[in-house]
Amino acid sequence: MQSFTYERATSAEQAAAAVAARSDAKFISGGTNLLDLMKLEIERPAHLVDISRLPLGRIEETAEGGLRVGAQVRNSDLAADPRVRSRYPMLTQALLAGASGQIRNKASTSGNLLQRTRCPYFYDRNMPCNKRQPGSGCAALQGFNRMHAVLGASEACIAVHPSDMAVAMSGLDARIETVSPGGETRTIPIGDFHRLPETMPHVETVLGHGEMVVAVALPPPPPGRQLYRKVRDRASYAFALVSVAAIVEKGGDRIRSARIAMGGVAAKPWRATEAERTLAGASASDGAFTDAAEAALAGAVGHGANEFKIPLAKRTMRHTLAAAIERA
Amino acid sequence: MTETTTSGNRPPETRNGIIGRPIDRIDGPLKVTGNATYAYENELDGTVYGYVLGAAVAKGRIAEIDTAEAERAPAVLLVMTHRNAPAQPNFGPTVTPTVPEVFTRARPALNSDRVRYYDEPVALVVAETFEAARAAAGLIRVRYDEEPGLYDLPGHIADAYAPKRTNAGFETDSVVGDFERAFATAPIKIDATYGTPFEHHNPMEPHATLAAWSANELTIRTSAQTLANFRAGVASTLRISPERVRIVSPFIGGGFGSKLIAHADTILAALAAQVLQRPVKIALTRQQMFANAGHRAEMVQQVRLGADTDGRLTGIAHDVWSATSSFEEYCEQTAVFARSLYAAPNRLTRHRLVPLDINRGEWMRSPGEAPGMLAFECAMDELAEQVGLDPIELRIRNEPAQDPERGVPFSTRNLVACMVEGARRFGWERRNPTPGRTRDGRKLIGHGMAAAIRPNYIGAAMARVGIDRDARVTARLDMTDIGTGTYTILTQIAAESLGLPISSVKVELGDNRFPRTAGSGGSWGAASAGSALYNACNVLKKQILEAAQSSEASPLRGANATEASFADSEVRIGQRSASLADLIGRVSPDGFEAEGSVAAGATTQSYKAYSQHSYGAHFAEVAVDCDTGEIRMRRMLAVIGAGRILNAKTARSQIIGGMTWGIGAALMEQTVLDPRYGHFVNHDLAEYHVPVNGDVPAMEVVFLEEDDDKANPLGAKGLGELGVCGAGAAVANAVYNATGARVREFPITLDKVLPALPMIAI
Repeated sequence: MQSFTYERATSAEQAAAAVAARSDAKFISGGTNLLDLMKLEIERPAHLVDISRLPLGRIEETAEGGLRVGAQVRNSDLAADPRVRSRYPMLTQALLAGASGQIRNKASTSGNLLQRTRCPYFYDRNMPCNKRQPGSGCAALQGFNRMHAVLGASEACIAVHPSDMAVAMSGLDARIETVSPGGETRTIPIGDFHRLPETMPHVETVLGHGEMVVAVALPPPPPGRQLYRKVRDRASYAFALVSVAAIVEKGGDRIRSARIAMGGVAAKPWRATEAERTLAGASASDGAFTDAAEAALAGAVGHGANEFKIPLAKRTMRHTLAAAIERA
Repeated sequence: MTETTTSGNRPPETRNGIIGRPIDRIDGPLKVTGNATYAYENELDGTVYGYVLGAAVAKGRIAEIDTAEAERAPAVLLVMTHRNAPAQPNFGPTVTPTVPEVFTRARPALNSDRVRYYDEPVALVVAETFEAARAAAGLIRVRYDEEPGLYDLPGHIADAYAPKRTNAGFETDSVVGDFERAFATAPIKIDATYGTPFEHHNPMEPHATLAAWSANELTIRTSAQTLANFRAGVASTLRISPERVRIVSPFIGGGFGSKLIAHADTILAALAAQVLQRPVKIALTRQQMFANAGHRAEMVQQVRLGADTDGRLTGIAHDVWSATSSFEEYCEQTAVFARSLYAAPNRLTRHRLVPLDINRGEWMRSPGEAPGMLAFECAMDELAEQVGLDPIELRIRNEPAQDPERGVPFSTRNLVACMVEGARRFGWERRNPTPGRTRDGRKLIGHGMAAAIRPNYIGAAMARVGIDRDARVTARLDMTDIGTGTYTILTQIAAESLGLPISSVKVELGDNRFPRTAGSGGSWGAASAGSALYNACNVLKKQILEAAQSSEASPLRGANATEASFADSEVRIGQRSASLADLIGRVSPDGFEAEGSVAAGATTQSYKAYSQHSYGAHFAEVAVDCDTGEIRMRRMLAVIGAGRILNAKTARSQIIGGMTWGIGAALMEQTVLDPRYGHFVNHDLAEYHVPVNGDVPAMEVVFLEEDDDKANPLGAKGLGELGVCGAGAAVANAVYNATGARVREFPITLDKVLPALPMIAI
């Protein structure tokens, strides 16, 4: 870990300006991911701006009937909020499926969105990694890639985004509110927030340097039942092999609408829009769920050790859709 | 005065009911209140901090190492590389002339420009703070002349060689009868090849050392299982007399075999402390532990079983090909257990090694049995199915009357009793032998079992025990408590022997100024150190009795009955009794002190005359998600026959810990060696999975009443590692019973069962 200077931000605008002023500055909140990466010198900021004490820790009702989640709301608090539990149950399920109680107590909402991949080659400075060192190559492509992406990957990078929370938020059409160093604000649909790797895997979001997430707005809960299903190698404290967030609205024997997002399969929460279209108006049947799962994974490509994710994601989606409907 | 007994001649003892009692850990309150000081928590005046930089390649030569920037960094005191490290002996031969020398040989660090394995130390930075040392380590620039290395075991089986011996000094091969002929003509055959992966110990506490020189003595505060090994290893590496090295290790946060010898943290701290003449503290990081603190080697295991149609084995063959290191051989005794477990007239076990450019494998919990039984006990399950026999009945039919290869009787052997009692408690008769037939909702349910066997080792040990005029007892030995409960059981042994409450006994461990023991390892700790202490207490009692009968000040003077006992804090001779404190105060106000010892088991007549093992039977119930293939444990049971149980609580904890290792080995533990770079890819606890609480089901442990008078004066046998042996196979057999998928490449992760799972209607 290299030495760094540290300041506590006094306001969101000041924090944004402080980071923008130095190309080697970064925001820090819970630090559950950044500090690990700094110890390994994968992240080497020379200046940290601590935003964890900013007054961004509230969950508020919005005029449209949704919730606005401050960027500094801790994962454990967000999961436990009665409004979240009753109106966005799959967000609570996703949060509680992630990390450990200790980490959730520290981790912030914005930090969770911005956490970096767990690719073991990214985590080892001696290995080629285009995300860590652009142009050095991707060791995972021909390597141990059991945890890696089957959708939206490129020759440059097959890493996955590790968040559970972001997958649920993707299914909920969350909007991410930011403030820029000049004080301008903007709202980014979560689907546009993370970038796919293409040729620049080191650029992971659309945020500019110094642009800071201040809140995540959850639109009013969509009709239908919600379910988050995470598949992992052990019962707790493991990243998703695949996960499925599903909201299924039934009308009679038919599915009126569905929203589906997948985790563990791509560099961003993967919204399965093809599957959603397949389901809209279809009968609530095994066949429809299977068709939806096939549609969701139609473009999937395996890289050896992660080939199993394609059938696994299909099977998980099929059952999650059925289970979401069964839930009273 | 000292008394030495060898196993087999057991003196009479009092029965105060303290041994065996499930008392809480003596050191528990210290640990849960944070008052037990672990190695890295020690602090001396002037302590400075080291940080190790590891090699970025797995094989080659350091062509250039630029330390200038690191040396100029703030608070840096020393940058040590092969260019300026104190002279040390060369590493020496791949195989030491004798087995004990493996533990005592010099293990130089920063001694050469050669890189032998990935992340091998190439530099040490010492600074006034840990942070300064770590930051400066990042400023060192190294250029390597990299060389192609070998990192792929399965691809190089054809290049394997036969070592001269296995770990613990067993014969490399064993041959009885003619296996090949028996197998060729056997009506029923199993020929199955299993892969068991690299695994890492991952104790909670990392390898850490505070080294300090004072006058002529080097004091090493570290996390060690066996102090004598550390002392010898440090002395030979620094080329100083062992008497000048003091090792202190009172509390250890787990070892699992990875702390039997000194590693780079210890050697480098000692060297840097010598150079700087200041106390130096170094810990390996979790990531560095994967390369630098031992592992269990990857293996390919072929098990061949020939049987008649009744399931009686006519031939057993267990062939093991294991990875080893190119510079130091380690051959886990993986097939050795198969020499004792089942009867068969024709037998063959062989160990072969493939040298890779990796660090040496080390002793990892249940070396031999852990990987070996994982394979072999699955093969027995395969055989049971092919014969059409219940797996327990198959094993009963192959129960030997005596050790099948050594031809000597068993000291005690309760394997069949363990299986029968386990079957009754587990409800084994309700298991559906046809796989894939038992469902609970969308879960496929499976039941499996396996046998457990583990040799009883006794290591040479000494103990000193003293009693003062208040009848307070202090026992001292250089034994360690690695979390197993050693403080507690030794306290119980002394209290039992002397007829005193446990509150009167203080046990001091973890300092090699105390009498030497074999430390903790191989499940020999309790029986070895315990027997030495037991003998020391007997000597102490003799001294007290002699004084009681002969001293003019004694209230028992002249008592001449042959029956004497120590109970309820009193000495009783015939019909006369006196309080122990009162007696000692009168006859010997300075108290009494005595020593006792045991000889290494392998040197004793009893060991030669009897086959000595602990036994058990493991049972497991698993649930496999029919949609995702996720495998989760539902319950486990172990029935254990391991001699006399010294503390029912700590013994149970040892067994459930072992069963948890079985879950890990069967379902999740695997370190992946990248064949292109030679590094362990998943080298942290996020990517190397061990079972977490959510993975560990309800566990039941039953100890059969047993007392092995051939084993040692206590009647106890090695216990801890028995919990691992066969536990993983029980889990794997349950997965097969649930799914019909016989996965022979461990661990059984969900991707390996997924293709076999049916699509169950929604």
